[in-house]
Amino acid sequence: MTTTQQPQPSAASTASAHSEHADEPAPSPGLTHEELITRWYQMVLARKIGERWFVLNRQGKAPFVITGQGHEATQVGTVAALSVGKDWVVPYYRDLGVALALGMTPNELMLNVFAKADDPNSGGRQMPAHWSHKRLRMVSGSSVVGTQLPIAAGLAWAAKLQDHDAVAVTYLGEGSTNQGEFHEGLNFAAVQRLPLVVVVENNGYAITEIQAKEMAITDVADRAQAYGVRGAVVDGNDLIEVHRAMQIAVQAARRGHGPTLLEAKTYRIVPHSSDDDDRRYRTSEELDLWRTRDPIDRLRTHLLEAHILTSEQADELAAKAAEEVRLAEAFAAAAPDPDPASLTTHLYADPSAQPTPSLP
Amino acid sequence: MTETSIAEAIQSAHREIMRDDDRVILLGEDVEAGGVFRITNGLRDEFGPHRVFDTPLSEAGFTGAAIGAAIGGMRPIVEIQFVDFILPALNQLISEAAKMRYRSLGTWTVPLVVRTPYGGGVHGGLYHSQSMEALFAHVPGLKVVMPATPADAKALLHSAVQDPDPVIFLEHKRSYRLIREEIPDPLPPVPIGQAALRRDGQDVAIIATGLTLHHSLAAAQQLQAENIDCLVLDLRTVLPLDKSAILDAARRTGKVLIVHEDHLTGGIGAEVAAIIAGEAFEYLDAPIQRLAGPDVPAMGYHPALEQAFLPNPDTIATAARDLVAY
Repeated sequence: MTTTQQPQPSAASTASAHSEHADEPAPSPGLTHEELITRWYQMVLARKIGERWFVLNRQGKAPFVITGQGHEATQVGTVAALSVGKDWVVPYYRDLGVALALGMTPNELMLNVFAKADDPNSGGRQMPAHWSHKRLRMVSGSSVVGTQLPIAAGLAWAAKLQDHDAVAVTYLGEGSTNQGEFHEGLNFAAVQRLPLVVVVENNGYAITEIQAKEMAITDVADRAQAYGVRGAVVDGNDLIEVHRAMQIAVQAARRGHGPTLLEAKTYRIVPHSSDDDDRRYRTSEELDLWRTRDPIDRLRTHLLEAHILTSEQADELAAKAAEEVRLAEAFAAAAPDPDPASLTTHLYADPSAQPTPSLP
Repeated sequence: MTETSIAEAIQSAHREIMRDDDRVILLGEDVEAGGVFRITNGLRDEFGPHRVFDTPLSEAGFTGAAIGAAIGGMRPIVEIQFVDFILPALNQLISEAAKMRYRSLGTWTVPLVVRTPYGGGVHGGLYHSQSMEALFAHVPGLKVVMPATPADAKALLHSAVQDPDPVIFLEHKRSYRLIREEIPDPLPPVPIGQAALRRDGQDVAIIATGLTLHHSLAAAQQLQAENIDCLVLDLRTVLPLDKSAILDAARRTGKVLIVHEDHLTGGIGAEVAAIIAGEAFEYLDAPIQRLAGPDVPAMGYHPALEQAFLPNPDTIATAARDLVAY
């Protein structure tokens, strides 16, 4: 199983209506069969890691977890359209699947949930799922929602000013699109025509609040028009459609056509976090309905029907993912914890600027 | 040699910095036309539209974009029109810029300079006169400088842009064209975090920043006629504070007066006083005194209200005289 294969041109998906317009990007090549298998495997792995994180929380081994089960097609499908290591990615806490699809390993993800010293994201300083990775060009985010949008615009700006071919992609939930910084960042990117893609993972809930309490519109993508950028809505539980839409957005950005606000309609089938009880605010019937739309099952069905994968092969891959998770957990559980004396490191480049003495 | 104002010194520092380093970009409201204080006059003509940018009226948005650009390899200088308008950007500065290095274990860093005018005396009323250094000095991960002289303004802007971490660069707006001096060429560097002894003395130490430094020097001049010998220390940087210079001033005089325009309560003077009380207590011959802006929202617009708020050479001299008499 390769996990880093680049998309190849395919006859499977070609034109969209947009291609008639000179200003629109050319049709996007689809994913190869092999890459569809790779991406499906990543979705399965992300799901299993997220599920395991919750178990670790309930076992008392992780004080807090936050995951994105149900969002896997959006997260993995968007990453499939990126050039990893060149493009800037600024995710949010829901994006375990983004981190994994970019190349964060199960070992690293498990170091993260255990907040170990060797966790590449933050070495135990941030809560789990606050992603950061130098080689993957994934820039650290805070827990404050919406702040990543102007920063991603700035990364896109830096790429443009330095004539780099990179685009910047940032992710946020629909609730965060009400923050001023979402609007200020999108406006800035629009005025400067920056190579930015803003992916909104619209799961219909801002923790407990349904979308109707968050905004008076149905499609977050409508907000794009106010800033003079393109907006698009995609079925966020369909990896192939997500990839297609993302590829159009990324190509537009790379070709100098400016930002896209891409809204992926999806659903989280788990509570907001380990501290949330989603039975307070949604029904089991609603959850059951969305389980029938599960993005992993959907792609699996497609792979089987298209004879890309047999049922046995799919089961083998799922078992392989489970084994990867088991090994990663064992590895990370045995890894060293952060040294309390490291509390004051990495505050300034010059350690003498630290105003108070280091801990004894 | 001709005398240079603080405004001219900052402008000339921009030219030198931008000539030396292509990564430096300048952004803010109205900066293409020179900015409201004309600090950035002519920079767009010299460096072009790809180095000097007018931004939307959107402090959080463009400060955040500058943070991203800094992470992405640029060296942005942001001009916030008045420090009073910086509050929408605090989320970006405190939640993001100040914590980026720390939370990523040094993977991502924010070499950013945010320049902004502060302080009163220009009939700016409640929202064009405030001092906010204490707000920023409370944020580990930031550095906060407050140059008081043209040479320091120039040298510290060089240091700020070269600094790998985010620097809040506070410019006293009343001092822009009021304070002039000859700037040596070449100009010796001024490291961030180093105070300057502006006047040596043994009876009382006056510790100040920005325009209050010049008021303190004027007060010291007055008191000299009364045979009161004042030491005057210019903090220059308020995060990190130059503890050894502060302690040295306290030990040499035994009496300390701290002066700032920012509000008294929780002001930088409280931190300076705590450092002295904690580490030089046995040298003190009198309680540490602070002369600061009163704890009201900000200074009023009417000149009478404005002057009632601000420390001046007479009020500083009175406070120092009382301290010497203690």
